[in-house]
Amino acid sequence: MDTTKLEFLRGTLDVLILKALVWGPLHGYAITNLIRRHSDDALLVEEGTLYPALWRLENKGLLDSEWGLSENNRKAKFYGLTQAGQRQLRLEVKTWEAYATAVAKVLDATRPPMSETIA
Amino acid sequence: MKSTPLWRRYSRLLGPDPAADVKDELRFHLETKIDDLVAQGWHSEAARQEAERQFGDLRALQQIGTTLGHEMERRKQLNDYWNDSLQDIRYTFRTLARDRGFAAVSILILALAIGANVAVFSVVNTLLLRPLPFADSHELVWIAPPATNCGLSCATYSADAYQEFRMQSRVYQDVTGYFTFSTVDNLRLTGRGEPQSATGIFVVGNFFQVLGVHPAMGRLFTPEEARHGSHPVALLANSYWRRQFNADPDIVGKAVDLNGTLVTVIGVLAASFDFGAVFSPGERVDLFTPYILDDWRDDGNDLTMIGRLKPGVTVAQALDDANRVAPDMYFSVKYPETLGRYRGNLVPGPLKDYVTGKLRHSLIALWCAVGVILLIAGVNLSNLLLARAAARSKEFAVRGALGASRGRIVRQLLMESLVLSGAGAAFGLGLAMSLISWLAHQGSVALPLLSSLRIDGEALGWTVFIAVSTAMLFGLLPGLKMASGNLQNALKDSGAGAGLGRKHERVRAILVVSEVALACVLLVSAGLLLRSFVKVLDVDLGFQPDRAASVKIEYDDSASSGEASRAKRGAIFEQIITRVSALPGVEAAGMSDNLPLGPNREWDTPVPKGKTFAPGELPDPLVYVITPGFIRAMGIRHRGRDFTWADGPHSERVVLINESAARVYWPGEDPVDKILMRGSEEDRVIGVVDDVHEENVESGTGSQIYYPATQQRPSGAQLVIRTSLPPATLAASVLRALRELNPKQPVAEFRPIRTIVDRAVSPRRFFMLLVAAFAGLGLLLAALGIYGVISYSVAQKTQEIGVRMALGASTARVQRDVVLNTLRLALAGIGLGITASFASARLISSLLFATSPWDPTAYAGMMLALLAVTLISGYIPARRASRINPMTALRSQ
Repeated sequence: MDTTKLEFLRGTLDVLILKALVWGPLHGYAITNLIRRHSDDALLVEEGTLYPALWRLENKGLLDSEWGLSENNRKAKFYGLTQAGQRQLRLEVKTWEAYATAVAKVLDATRPPMSETIA
Repeated sequence: MKSTPLWRRYSRLLGPDPAADVKDELRFHLETKIDDLVAQGWHSEAARQEAERQFGDLRALQQIGTTLGHEMERRKQLNDYWNDSLQDIRYTFRTLARDRGFAAVSILILALAIGANVAVFSVVNTLLLRPLPFADSHELVWIAPPATNCGLSCATYSADAYQEFRMQSRVYQDVTGYFTFSTVDNLRLTGRGEPQSATGIFVVGNFFQVLGVHPAMGRLFTPEEARHGSHPVALLANSYWRRQFNADPDIVGKAVDLNGTLVTVIGVLAASFDFGAVFSPGERVDLFTPYILDDWRDDGNDLTMIGRLKPGVTVAQALDDANRVAPDMYFSVKYPETLGRYRGNLVPGPLKDYVTGKLRHSLIALWCAVGVILLIAGVNLSNLLLARAAARSKEFAVRGALGASRGRIVRQLLMESLVLSGAGAAFGLGLAMSLISWLAHQGSVALPLLSSLRIDGEALGWTVFIAVSTAMLFGLLPGLKMASGNLQNALKDSGAGAGLGRKHERVRAILVVSEVALACVLLVSAGLLLRSFVKVLDVDLGFQPDRAASVKIEYDDSASSGEASRAKRGAIFEQIITRVSALPGVEAAGMSDNLPLGPNREWDTPVPKGKTFAPGELPDPLVYVITPGFIRAMGIRHRGRDFTWADGPHSERVVLINESAARVYWPGEDPVDKILMRGSEEDRVIGVVDDVHEENVESGTGSQIYYPATQQRPSGAQLVIRTSLPPATLAASVLRALRELNPKQPVAEFRPIRTIVDRAVSPRRFFMLLVAAFAGLGLLLAALGIYGVISYSVAQKTQEIGVRMALGASTARVQRDVVLNTLRLALAGIGLGITASFASARLISSLLFATSPWDPTAYAGMMLALLAVTLISGYIPARRASRINPMTALRSQ
């Protein structure tokens, strides 16, 4: 399967970035790695989408940033969740789960609902 | 990673740089990726190419990042600023709440000063700055001759002259005018319960069109309605329609009975038009009827002229044009010799100058006075802030030591003064509103446009402007003073009163001295105006206004010939006066067509028999047609005899003249029994009366002549009653007597003569009261300032005083020192103030009446008042100082 072709549903990238940061601040490169690894290489985040998303979230006040040294001793910009970011994450996870459950229920259905056929 | 690395602390030393940040961030990503690829076994060059390929359009990405970064930076700065300001405001409220006394006093001071300023600004704006309440009012001119002292007759024009001027002039869109000699309550409205008096004015048919006044209902006059023989019509003033007709929506087309004639109401004028407010301040005009030119051709000068210039025409051009037209104008076309009589007598000037020009000086003086008040209040605020700042020096030192920049501390102090002046402005605005609405209802003050006073957008803008500039100007001084202080000294300084305190005290002393000086200037000006006012009240008016009252009389004047009407009038007047004189409490009664300080007119130029004068040497005396008893009822001194009822239509023609006329006609001789010639008619002078102020209290008097109503035709009748009782108590019985004689007599106002005088001096009283109030306010503020400084210095020196008392200084000695300190400040301020007063007195000298700008009484009186008040305000803290207990003071260290 060509994993890079897996398109992100609109808004999904934001919640993934927020989720990636719950264990602590990370720089952009580490965020892509984390998402790739947790999705078993299914989700590859392109730089061209990742960074604008990061900056947008920072602008919205969901993320804050700080410069620091990376593991390979380079200066890197680390993003962390703000309080608003954490709140947003909880909210979006809930929405996503409700959405996923609903979609799954429809997809798992094997016969038409009873009441409807009678009516 | 948590701690910011050292390089990062310096890399953005010169401020944030979003573009570089984005570049750095992306480079890190790229390099790490290359590292990873190399670790996976890629060749380094191939790894770089692969990484860049994956990255896509690097430049576009950088572009997005930079834009977003800038946006964020801006927002962050704004946010920081806002947060700081919020913090400042919160802090300000907290500190002010801790120091409620200080806050209350400062806000009160500012509210008084700002309130006075806003109120006066509204008055100045309405009367001086704003155009008159007419469309394109700058085009309107008032056409009048240069000022002379022959009264209204010289300021007006005949019907023929008006018509000629209107036709010949080329610079006007149109010329109009109104009848000048209308008197108050000249109409009688009947048919609606008791007969009611009303004041009507004849206006030239195009009057409202020229002024640009629209009817609220109905229509304006048509040219036909201004012609002889047309059906009588009237326009109602909006206020009269509301008052008299209960705002009857169907009034248009109805007929009303005015003086026995049925007049059709054709419209109600717009509420925004107030004739009295513009043309006859302090009086109301109820309705308007057309001035029919043909009916007035023989009446002489009785029209004022108002023109609307064509767009772009200047007043100078209008004057040239008037000088061109004047030689072709007749006083009356029936008399060819009157051609050219108006030469040099047609001077157009802006209507606005006519309406408010005379008040210009007073208003500017008033404006300056409130400006001084604001200055004093500002200095006071500065002083209070300084005292507080001194007490808070340690607080600021600590804040400075903890990293607050000077700018931040100054900002904090400015914020405090802004909050104070904002609160002051809010209360001041309320104050100004009540003041203005009170003023707007002072109908008896003869100032134009008063009724249109209100707080409008401009006044609000002015409020904000003065509040902010006061806060900036007077909040900055303590701010700078504080920020320039030495932090270490302030921290080390354990007790109050050391170095910084002394320096502050000097600044504060200078502030107090200037406050006293400013208050002194105000007080001296007020003193001079007060003296002038007293002098005006002391003016010998030529009559006794107290214990006399007047009422307008209606009488039947319908006899056909002049002869018969004189006889009939004489009989009616004699009956009325005999009847009224018999009422208990009435000492004297008499009638005149015009009263002093009211409208007036002249007829012609009498010549003493047997004498010759050069042309122009003889005056045109003002004419009063009176009955026997009037001279006594008015309280006019006279020699010779008064008219009697025996001076009838068939007996010898007699006149009374005033002293001024006597001096001109027969200098050094006794005029009694001499003969005055009017054309071929001979009038015998039977007595001489004192000069009576005919137009206003302040200017001099000219020649006056009195004719008996039994021999000449009066233009109306004002009954004057002199009484031993308060005039108001007589109103009912007099009116009842008049009703019995003439059931048509309307309910007319019973006016004490004193109110006529009061109205005449009301503008001066008004300005004097305002300036005096402002001076009082200035004095209060200065006293507060002195009190503040002295009690502060006493508080600062508590220990010193304690030590001195412990070493044997007596209570009296301590008190004396403090009082002497106050005296020094006060004297310095007064000295400075007197010097400044000499300059300001010269500026207001045109407002003074019979008072020198260097009037020693005013100066000395005000100096003493100021000294007394300052001493009292210094004595209170002095007493407190002398009560200091040495032991407590020393222990408190």
